[in-house]
Amino acid sequence: MIEEEEVTLLLNDLLEVYGYDFTQYARASIKRRINRLWTLDKFPSFAELRYRVRTDADYLKRFVEELTVNVTEMFRDPSFYRALRKEVLPALTAKPFIRVWHAGCSTGEEVFSMAILLKEANLLHKSLLYATDLNPEVLEVARKGIYALAPMRQYSENYVLSGGTADFSGYYTAQYDYVKFNEELTRKMVFSTHNLVSDRSFNEFDLILCRNVLIYFDKTLQDRVLTLFDESLGLLSFLGLGSKETLRFSGIRQKYKQVGSEKIWRKID
Amino acid sequence: MAENRLVSNSAMVLIGGSTGSIDVLLNLLPALRPPLTFALVIVLHRKSATDTSLADLFALKTSLPLQEVEDKDAILPGHIYLAPADYHLLIEHDGTFSLDDSEKVNYSRPSIDVTFESAADVYGSALTGILLSGANADGSAGLQAIKRAGGLTIVQHPDTAQVAYMPQQAILNTKPDYVLDVEGMVSVLR
Repeated sequence: MIEEEEVTLLLNDLLEVYGYDFTQYARASIKRRINRLWTLDKFPSFAELRYRVRTDADYLKRFVEELTVNVTEMFRDPSFYRALRKEVLPALTAKPFIRVWHAGCSTGEEVFSMAILLKEANLLHKSLLYATDLNPEVLEVARKGIYALAPMRQYSENYVLSGGTADFSGYYTAQYDYVKFNEELTRKMVFSTHNLVSDRSFNEFDLILCRNVLIYFDKTLQDRVLTLFDESLGLLSFLGLGSKETLRFSGIRQKYKQVGSEKIWRKID
Repeated sequence: MAENRLVSNSAMVLIGGSTGSIDVLLNLLPALRPPLTFALVIVLHRKSATDTSLADLFALKTSLPLQEVEDKDAILPGHIYLAPADYHLLIEHDGTFSLDDSEKVNYSRPSIDVTFESAADVYGSALTGILLSGANADGSAGLQAIKRAGGLTIVQHPDTAQVAYMPQQAILNTKPDYVLDVEGMVSVLR
């Protein structure tokens, strides 16, 4: 088990040597991720782990990838997507152009879920989905739109629970153990690296989705990121967070009104 | 005395369980008398992510404030906290919870081991871990972590558990301080 001071040393190394700033990540979680890597990669001591991280750029890639959590699924929390269908998309229908930002999109499953919603609301043709993440590797997966076949059954159930009435398997082509989502969906997506810790706002959006990303940040960083979102949202635009995340601790909360019982807020001031 | 040790030493009591543990909690919760001097944290394996009715069910059985945890909620003595479905529940040094939706551990999210180990890291000897009925080995490593940190470890007596596997594993792997039936747990917690 890694000691608290060793976590600090390692995070400082990442910042000094590579410019990756994890110092404001939620400590208990990052510590667990480091321990997990220490065990997985069988380092005999902390010194060996630290040396490898400091000197081996290839290993660093793996280290950063594994430090961040890239678990995601399609239509996770179907009631959230049902609320997007019923409460959010109708409010965007009149717009000439719809910009959506998926911040911390990981391998892109939620971006495809959103594209399907927009398609079914007949809005995809005038929408653009900006999908960003810290890791170029996961963005590469998202860009290809190729996923394992196995979880599709679960995703299809989630899709139906979210209010989807089409045949979910019509959105992809299956080959062996993989599926590739239709290019009609990918054509409306733009992928780019963006670091919520250090990068700035890059556009104004009608909807920002950032689900189960803020849980990995401490309160100070959460507030910074929420301010960044606030600067990127026009009046009456929407912000969607993960089912256990909240605006409660943030300075921006007065400007937002929660939409129904889901974790969706609308900017009203 | 066991009671003195618990009441005076633990800032947090963790209860972990899987199949068969909801009934135990429905008996245990009404027997707790406010005010509690510790925060009570419950980590159960649950079937569905959308199942919020468990918190409602437990809330009916206690007059103590009970809530399903949201990210960065403060940990307060006298309160009962339930780990939300589909997240690991972690404890931060600043006295707040944090959540983590990384890979399942022991086929489970929330994993009992994850919360127990994280709490042992923060609370050290000021911690009690209780492991109930279940068909999974989750919780054993967590109880060991609590024991190593000097905390108190309690396991439900396998004969009284609906599913004996989880407490049996814990007894094999850790030498728990107590192996108790529900009445025994009630008297220790009081």
